[in-house]
Amino acid sequence: MDTVLFIVFATVAVVCAFNLVLQKHPISSALSLIGVMGSLAVLYLLLGAEFIAMAQMIVYGGAVMVLFIFVIMLLNAGAEKASGKSWFAQIAGLPLLLAFVAVMAFLIRAFLPRMAGVQFGSWVGGTAERIGQMLFTEYLLPFEVISILILVAILGAVILARREIE
Amino acid sequence: MHLPAVPLSWYLILSAILFALGMAGFLYRKSVITVFMSIELMLNAVNLSFVSFSYELQRIDGHIYSFFVMVVAAAEAAVGLAIILTIFKNRGTLQIDEVDTLKL
Repeated sequence: MDTVLFIVFATVAVVCAFNLVLQKHPISSALSLIGVMGSLAVLYLLLGAEFIAMAQMIVYGGAVMVLFIFVIMLLNAGAEKASGKSWFAQIAGLPLLLAFVAVMAFLIRAFLPRMAGVQFGSWVGGTAERIGQMLFTEYLLPFEVISILILVAILGAVILARREIE
Repeated sequence: MHLPAVPLSWYLILSAILFALGMAGFLYRKSVITVFMSIELMLNAVNLSFVSFSYELQRIDGHIYSFFVMVVAAAEAAVGLAIILTIFKNRGTLQIDEVDTLKL
């Protein structure tokens, strides 16, 4: 069951990611990105990360993608024009991409020690309770710093997007 | 019922594939919004690596890191989309080629 679920959702993720890169229209790319994020959430669940899976759906699949689609609708972004692509990208792009993936796969296969496979339910550490404990004990300083980061980001977004006042 | 477990390397290779696709989109696409979405795809791929290593080590630190990556990505999306709005307001285009003031 694990293997079947992994293969199904990994395939969905890769197909959606290809679709993101290949589609001409931003809204199609955005919907493909939602597909990638949803299938990644399922993979997180298989890895025993239930809190991260929920946060993935709520923060990425919900908030961030709504923001994207809102901006696409607001700007009425149409299909992008095919302006002169560089000859280098056309000739070497796909081979370089495949080479990158092949090198990464080789490194992962070669240098990772032999490990037991991923079995759903054999480790259920990623509960909200344990993540909350870690956030408020060991990672308290990063947690506080990141809340300041969010505050700065909100102020920055408001200042950037406001209408100029004469 | 015990089917063979999924090797952890499959998760890591999936993460590498998604990262490579995000990189391709970042370099290849011309629309600012799609370039930005490719960045989000790369962040997601890295998150998958964090969570799978966290599973292997049976430690929760990887989850905390991927949670922080998520928070930074959300903040980045807010600021980045505000910047895209400003670009569109000032130049009337979303084509990344036409925003080349810094080019010599």
